[in-house]
Amino acid sequence: MSAGVSLAEKSAKTSVSEPPILQVEDLHLRFGGLNALSGVSFNVSNGHIQAIIGPNGAGKTCILNCICRFYQPYRGRIVFEGVDISKVSTHRVAELGIARSFQNIELFKGMTVLDNIKLGRHVHMKSGFFSGGLYLGKAKKEEMRVRTEIEEQIIDLLEIEAIRKQVVGTLPYGLQKRVELARALAMKPKILLLDEPMAGMNLEETEDMARFILDVNDEWGVTVVLIEHDMGVVMDISDRVVVLDFGTKIAEGSPKEVSTNPHVIEAYLGSEAAAHSKLGL
Amino acid sequence: MPCGLFFSGYEKDDAIFKTVWLKVWMVLFVLFLLTYPLYAQAVSEAVGMNTLNLFNLIFIYIVGAHGLNLLTGFTGQISLGHGAFMGVGAYTAGILANLGVPFWAALPAAGLMTAAVGMIFGIPSLRLKGLYLAIATMAAQFILIYAMRNWEGLTGGSSGLIVEPASIFGISFDNDFNFYYLSLLFAAAATMYLKNITRTRTGRAFVAVRDRYLAAEVIGVNLFKYRILSFGISSFMVGMAGGLWAFYITIISDEHFTMWLSVQYLAMVIVGGLGHVLGSIFGVVFMVVLPEVLRIPTEALSGVFPDISSIFASLRELVFGLVVILFLIFEPDGMAARWHTIRAYWKLWPFSY
Ligand SMILES: Nc1ncnc2c1ncn2[C@@H]1O[C@H](COP(=O)(O)OP(=O)(O)O)[C@@H](O)[C@H]1O
Ligand SMILES: [Mg+2]
Repeated sequence: MSAGVSLAEKSAKTSVSEPPILQVEDLHLRFGGLNALSGVSFNVSNGHIQAIIGPNGAGKTCILNCICRFYQPYRGRIVFEGVDISKVSTHRVAELGIARSFQNIELFKGMTVLDNIKLGRHVHMKSGFFSGGLYLGKAKKEEMRVRTEIEEQIIDLLEIEAIRKQVVGTLPYGLQKRVELARALAMKPKILLLDEPMAGMNLEETEDMARFILDVNDEWGVTVVLIEHDMGVVMDISDRVVVLDFGTKIAEGSPKEVSTNPHVIEAYLGSEAAAHSKLGL
Repeated sequence: MPCGLFFSGYEKDDAIFKTVWLKVWMVLFVLFLLTYPLYAQAVSEAVGMNTLNLFNLIFIYIVGAHGLNLLTGFTGQISLGHGAFMGVGAYTAGILANLGVPFWAALPAAGLMTAAVGMIFGIPSLRLKGLYLAIATMAAQFILIYAMRNWEGLTGGSSGLIVEPASIFGISFDNDFNFYYLSLLFAAAATMYLKNITRTRTGRAFVAVRDRYLAAEVIGVNLFKYRILSFGISSFMVGMAGGLWAFYITIISDEHFTMWLSVQYLAMVIVGGLGHVLGSIFGVVFMVVLPEVLRIPTEALSGVFPDISSIFASLRELVFGLVVILFLIFEPDGMAARWHTIRAYWKLWPFSY
């Protein structure tokens, strides 16, 4: 269904010259004496899958936390669609069209899969404490419409029909990761920030997740920022890669450029032999 | 509409009573509630207590307990001030009624006034959680009681405030029979409201705030707004309960709205089941009916041994406390959780197989 579209988009993707959708400029973040980020800058082009890689503790999650406004960098700024978002509040970031998933799943464990996904639609829904409490006309119609949209667009895409009525806490880890992606997609994001979406998954689950990310990027045109610890998948699906180490950017480029960069091989992976095996070369 | 089929499919899924038998049971239950006052006299004489009065109290407390359940059960914010909040509603309704404001306006006004007070005292919830919030709301309890007791010009102080019974369209609700239908209406409305809000956008946001407030923010839930909103709605409901109480009892004093009432409200929603709509109902029935049931044997025993009747009276409180504790130990998720398992079993009854 998407083959033609995706080909067209892929070729369009490489020829765009529009301004970047997200600009990270000179981020500095400190915890006590620890410099978590010292001057990280990069741009994310609209429609791209951009990977951020680097060893544990490199500062990858910190960047997402700065974008979502959990952390306040002491220098630098973040520009989304040309607007500086360094001062807006967290829930406003969501309204602007930035969705994310978490390294350690942050789902509402006591709720069903469906309710979790519906929560993702929060900012796009209107019913309030009055109309919702009456549950007549408008509020009910809205619930039904959102339910239909979620079923047709998201549950279908991520192949989670069978578990949609289950309580999230009872699901295995791999499925929870998928539900978290579903909730983020329900936000109709312009950009999707995924923090190690494949961590702890087996090979099959990893491949499924990679396919979902590609589908979302292709079919919905959603820009993706993908943090991954392990580089195999990254090399396969990303358009561009930023490499972090100790809070600084040590390399940036296409997957191929990055994987042959001597800095990356040395700083990120230690010995060259280990690097080659880890990079899947 | 192209997706009409899907619509009806999800609508069915959305129904509260999904099987025919649940619907039948529900209709029977409603019929029972509507006709109960007709044979209440006979039942009351048989069991030796004024059951219509008990029902009225239950209905009033259900409105308030739903309110606390929304705040504590669904939004995860504890309040030890709901006793005093109920008092704010009662005094507001009483004072307005004495100024000549009709019942239909005085009652919502009581709710709105209490909502405003509750939202102000809910502000600490933006920074405090759990025990700290409990202490902060307890302070609200003491401040409000102090005001009720000492602002004599407004509240009548310790001598209390006398309120005329409610009347609408010339029907006076000055007796248990009439008041039954009035309080039943409000209990039913509060139940529907809680059920509806918890299955729509606002209620989901409350639960999100309760379960993971960081993730809630990331999906666009404004924590500030929903924490205060929850206090507002919750206080509105308990204020309405206070207003109903004022019109039912017709004499109000601060003694009824002490810390003890706040604790009782909390006990109701915890024993009944936090975060379950049915929980507040079960909890109220339990907390109102159990002391009355325990009164029967203790009063009988006091009759036989009049010398030590005071011991039996305190024995009643002891048994009451014990039952609550045992309940919490063996049914920590509340009565509603047990009800769900029972209902799952009876869902298709009498054709279970
Ligand atoms: N809230 C915090 N308080 C103190 N130190 C933190 C905090 N968050 C992250 N750090 C530190 O910042 C560094 C980068 O962390 P992080 O961004 O999580 O790394 P990763 O690249 O593995 O995602 C680590 O040394 C981590 O210990
Ligand atoms: Mg991380």
